[in-house]
Amino acid sequence: MTAPLLELRGLVRRYGGILATDHLDLTVIEGETHAIIGPNGAGKTTLIQQISGGLSPDEGNIIFQGKDITHLPMNQRVHRGLARSYQITNIFRQCTVLDNLALAVQARSGSSMRFWRPAMSESRVIDEARALADKIGLGGRLDTLSGNLAHGEQRLLEVGLALATRPRLLLLDEPMAGMGPKESRSLMPLVQSLSEELSVLLVEHDMETVFQLADRISVLVSGRVIATGTPDEIRHNAEVRKAYLGDEVSA
Amino acid sequence: MHSTLHHRLSGPWMAVLLVLLFAFPPVATFFGQDFYISFGSRLIIFALVASSLNLILGFGGMVSLGHAAYFGAGAYVVAILMYHDIASAWISWPAAVLLGAALAFLIGLVCLRTRGVYFIMITLAFAQMTYYIFVSLRSYGGDDGLAITRRSSFVLDLASDTVFYYVCLVLTVLVLFFMHRLINARFGRVLQGIRENETRMLAIGYPVFRYKLVAFVIAGAIAALGGALFANQNYMASPSQLHWMQSGTLMVMVLVGGLGYFFGGVIGAVTLLLLEEILMAYTTHWAFYLGFILLAIVLFLPNGLASLTLRRTEGATGVRS
Repeated sequence: MTAPLLELRGLVRRYGGILATDHLDLTVIEGETHAIIGPNGAGKTTLIQQISGGLSPDEGNIIFQGKDITHLPMNQRVHRGLARSYQITNIFRQCTVLDNLALAVQARSGSSMRFWRPAMSESRVIDEARALADKIGLGGRLDTLSGNLAHGEQRLLEVGLALATRPRLLLLDEPMAGMGPKESRSLMPLVQSLSEELSVLLVEHDMETVFQLADRISVLVSGRVIATGTPDEIRHNAEVRKAYLGDEVSA
Repeated sequence: MHSTLHHRLSGPWMAVLLVLLFAFPPVATFFGQDFYISFGSRLIIFALVASSLNLILGFGGMVSLGHAAYFGAGAYVVAILMYHDIASAWISWPAAVLLGAALAFLIGLVCLRTRGVYFIMITLAFAQMTYYIFVSLRSYGGDDGLAITRRSSFVLDLASDTVFYYVCLVLTVLVLFFMHRLINARFGRVLQGIRENETRMLAIGYPVFRYKLVAFVIAGAIAALGGALFANQNYMASPSQLHWMQSGTLMVMVLVGGLGYFFGGVIGAVTLLLLEEILMAYTTHWAFYLGFILLAIVLFLPNGLASLTLRRTEGATGVRS
């Protein structure tokens, strides 16, 4: 067992009287694909928001690579290797696919306080953006406005943008959201190859995906982790079955 | 390779435009229409100022309703220094630019933490505060503004309208050239990225606030340079230059010209001032007709006049789904 990459200690986030995150502890180990599952309203997105820096927790700590990043703004977390994708597609819709990826590559390839040289002439950035487009399967769509892409392709780009920041831990917030079974299949190989290359924290509704990809699964109910374990352990955990999985898995 | 964030200018067209602009004073003199040389300077100055607003409004998505503050402050720097017998353009124009930048820095530091309507209102509020500061400066003319008796001293004699025209033209061309480089450089792409999707820019690691602030400061500095020129053009600095009506006019210029088009500010300023000038010659109710024309432009060309001929830069005003 390797050192923890991400550690959440006693994380609390309140919305008025509601505890969206309730003294939550969670550890992601270097190299693993860790899935978070849970019923609607369990606090999955709230949790991702806190880890990525979009929301600050009311209590508790977030430790990434041994350093406390609880109060670090989102953009600085990205530079430390913590990047996220969004459940609701959040791309640069009026820009081409290449522009989207090039912007993300540019973000981590030196300062952008440069006022003279045309960015389009920086072949290092552009080439890397192209390579990324190939990797996510959008190599043939470089000049398309991303807002005009099909939904499935937009989801690929969504993940591609996070990937472009070269994260050590990739937070995927329901990458398959809104996808039909057929479209999901187009994203599956990408997510699978990523889960082999990087540490991934995956929030996903699609059980098939989760059980297929995850090394470990944490089950979130009402803002708490009620169980963490391998897919097999989770499948056979009585508490989990009662709280969440129901008959779906036993069938 | 197609990029919606890259703005190309056509070399031959730019050359033609420059030749026409440089040929304008002798041609006007030849036809005995010297008056129009001064009018030309006015157009150029406003083209510069409107372009500076376009940088943050059209390219950065920052709807500032306080841009006149920097414009007016720049004018006052020239007038006040002149009042204290500091006439050199080498001192007063850079001083105006620095003050514009400093003012934009301070105002931006506060305003850029807000979004949407709040941003509009708070930039407006700061500009009005600046307006009242200058109104209250009794020793510098208060309400009436501060008149100057001559233009800044420079290696050339600016008292000549023709020379002044050329100085305005050269400065504006240089600044616009710089702005064009900037827009297509890394910085400009980041700026446009922020306009398109600020949250995502944060999520891919950009310190968004810093980039917005730098753009805000550059725009303020350029507007102040325009103000310094305008004080020379008009032989005075007046509080009305800082009034929110002036900010509104600048915004209308950018909207009419084309938000986020490189020449949006230029086209808008020239159109608005020309229309004003032409209509005034025919009727005292010029503002009424001007309103109609602007309405028509906004209705039929919602992306501004630049959308007629130039390539769309998606997003500035485009449909967002």
